[in-house]
Amino acid sequence: MPEQIESPKVYLSVFAALIVLTVVTTAVAYVNLGPFSTVVALAIAVSKMLLVALFFMHIRHSTILTKIVVAGGLLWLGILITLSLSDFLTRGWLPVPGR
Amino acid sequence: LPSVHSLALQEQFDTAEQQRDASNLGMWIFLVTEVMFFGGVFTAYTVYRHLYWDVFARASNTLSALIGAFNTAVLICSSLTMALAVRASQLGARKTLVLFLLATILFGGVFLAIKGYEWYEKFEEHHVPGPNFHMEGEPLQPQAQLFFSLYFAMTGLHALHMVIGVGLLAWLTFQAHRGRFTALYNTPVDNTGLYWHFVDIIWIFLFPLLYLVDRHLTK
Repeated sequence: MPEQIESPKVYLSVFAALIVLTVVTTAVAYVNLGPFSTVVALAIAVSKMLLVALFFMHIRHSTILTKIVVAGGLLWLGILITLSLSDFLTRGWLPVPGR
Repeated sequence: LPSVHSLALQEQFDTAEQQRDASNLGMWIFLVTEVMFFGGVFTAYTVYRHLYWDVFARASNTLSALIGAFNTAVLICSSLTMALAVRASQLGARKTLVLFLLATILFGGVFLAIKGYEWYEKFEEHHVPGPNFHMEGEPLQPQAQLFFSLYFAMTGLHALHMVIGVGLLAWLTFQAHRGRFTALYNTPVDNTGLYWHFVDIIWIFLFPLLYLVDRHLTK
């Protein structure tokens, strides 16, 4: 794929968005959202990750093979987290016979 | 030493483009292994936070969210200067490249210095796991130690990656100063950039998970 040279404007906009999101996530942490505090914090973190990956790491200009590798990595990370937590978070749900 | 032209196209590749795509892909495969490595640590943190959520909330709130947020901003600045360094290398602008690499080293150094100050504070407060551990007013000391073990392991692994990154940047600055990189050949700058942004992403997750998620419980 031919090398794409991004304009500095794009980088500065992404930078501004990242700083704003950092301020927002810090401020919103002091608001009592109950269990949604973690959800909101992670949603903001994922948005920041996408900004860094797509623009700073220029995934949007990468080859399709690189995109598949990155998506595959995230898929396996999902499997690691989901399967581990499906064990640990559900241990109290059913009584263990004989205990 | 091989010339810049032979570095831009080594004989096993058909085109310079193919060579660059291949090295980017290799770097990404390495980064995916790093994602899995940190993924395991994050999973361990989630499991223990789920088990001892109340102790973890109290322990987490001994950290300064303000310092954490400031350090996040410092790291984002370093990612911006890194992205601009890669851009300068794509344009073959040697002096701009050196300047942005030095700026990235500076921001990385500031981050590590602030992190070091935070660790020093934790030492003073006896919040470092071990025989001298004591968290004031905490009934469940062992579980509180578990939080701080994870805190030091996670921020420590992250800081180690930063130190390696700063080392790579110092080497790049030296090479860039010598005119090693041109618009035709900038793969080391590009791949180090990918590594640096990846380390930034790890912190983007560490900051809310360690410092923020239980902030509202203190009020």
